[in-house]
Amino acid sequence: MYALFAVPMGIIISLIIASLLNRGIRGLGFFRTAYFLPVITSIVAVSVVWKWLYNPQRGLFNYLFTLVGMSPLKWLEEPRGIFEILTGHSLPMLLKGPSLALFSLVLLSVWKSLGYNIVIFLAGLKNIPNVYYEAAKIDGAGPISTLFNVTLPLLSPTTFYVAIMTTITSFRVFAPVWLMTGPPPGGPLGTTSVIVYYLFQKGYEEYQVGYGSAIAFVFFILILTITVIQKTVLEKRVYYEV
Amino acid sequence: MKFKGRILKGIIYIILSIGAVWSFMPFLWMLSTSFKTPAESIQFPPTWFPKIFTAQPYITVWTKIAFPRYIMVSIIVSIAVLIGVLITSLLAAYAFSWFNFKGRDTLFVGILSLMIVPIPVYVVPLFILVQRLGWIDTFQALIIPWTASVFGIFLLRQHMRTIPKDLFDAARIDGCSRLRFLFSIILPLIKPAVITISIFNIISSWNSFMWPLMVTNSDKMRPIQVGLAYFSQGESTNYPALMAASTIAILPLVILFFIAQRQIIESYSRSGLKE
Repeated sequence: MYALFAVPMGIIISLIIASLLNRGIRGLGFFRTAYFLPVITSIVAVSVVWKWLYNPQRGLFNYLFTLVGMSPLKWLEEPRGIFEILTGHSLPMLLKGPSLALFSLVLLSVWKSLGYNIVIFLAGLKNIPNVYYEAAKIDGAGPISTLFNVTLPLLSPTTFYVAIMTTITSFRVFAPVWLMTGPPPGGPLGTTSVIVYYLFQKGYEEYQVGYGSAIAFVFFILILTITVIQKTVLEKRVYYEV
Repeated sequence: MKFKGRILKGIIYIILSIGAVWSFMPFLWMLSTSFKTPAESIQFPPTWFPKIFTAQPYITVWTKIAFPRYIMVSIIVSIAVLIGVLITSLLAAYAFSWFNFKGRDTLFVGILSLMIVPIPVYVVPLFILVQRLGWIDTFQALIIPWTASVFGIFLLRQHMRTIPKDLFDAARIDGCSRLRFLFSIILPLIKPAVITISIFNIISSWNSFMWPLMVTNSDKMRPIQVGLAYFSQGESTNYPALMAASTIAILPLVILFFIAQRQIIESYSRSGLKE
């Protein structure tokens, strides 16, 4: 669930910013530094800071929300699904979406890995030879059709790579759950209990070594399967010949 | 037409700036809170800049909690792991790229395939191993499991293979030993790769959390991230002190980042590795 939301969100936002940065703007170095800083900072410190930002009573996010006239949210303590909150009705299981608590963790991870994805996308964009853009221009293609018919297809190997990396990292998330949710961690109502946290809980805290190892094995198979599926599905749509 | 172009540029800058503010804001808020008094930190509406500027949170963190000790543990571990990784990667990559022995390529593929196994998968068995060795709560437990890096071996091997073999023959004729060849001829040629590995290693050792959390029990063996985590659970409402502690925990890498920014970003984009 966590990966399902974290991966596309992270990719789309970073792709937009990378393509804007690639338009020969001034201050590229500054922007790159700004976006990259969260990547190297420790997840523990970042979790502590974000927990404070998310604080329902005193947090900065809720303060900003009230400034623009929106009602404050409970963020990490909210077990209700995000679509439920947006629509204001209670919805059946599948339509609820992830809990706002889980979504808060997703937001944090998108923020943290943004700079990394941007740097990878920038490298990918630089590799697209200019002749393709010139050809498109001569053929009379507008910016939008250039984006969909030139940039995105030629960038697909990079997108593919970022997709796999982000999926694997988002399955590995642990520290934010341990530090930011609960007590007990994984709450509210177990909606943020991700697989690595579960593994840690069983295999280490409760010392059920066999059980923990079984989770680890399932986790590994899961990662392997996802990688293989992404590889076969996406590879068909990837244009390698640049 | 020109006017339209300028508006477009303006919009791009606005979007990028919003993004940059979004990336920076948590850090600014952290710094701002870390200089406030506890009472001011929970005021509503909050203040952007501390009205009463105080360094007390830093003093609290530095003297009342074992923060100097945590930092020392982290520094020792980071340096020891770095030295270990550099030695093992250099020697292994040298053997894999310059010597011919039976089963070399099979062995290399075997080692390489370990790269897709994420740490959480083997963390439980590794923990049991370390526990049986009686290493819980020691420096060995924090250092030794991480002194060999598959990525390090792989990256150095890739770079070493680009060096022409003739160089080796020439050096041999001049009476250069194999080890001396590695250190005085190969090493300077693959310096960028060595820097990349060092950067990744320092960052990942400094930020490592789950493993040290598992193998340390006593306060005096805790590296900075684990120390910070325990502190945040014990003092969950003293926000200025929490923010001061977080600032201290990220400061060394932020300084490193500003010094070696170009190398760090290039390393990430070239190797495509993430922590």
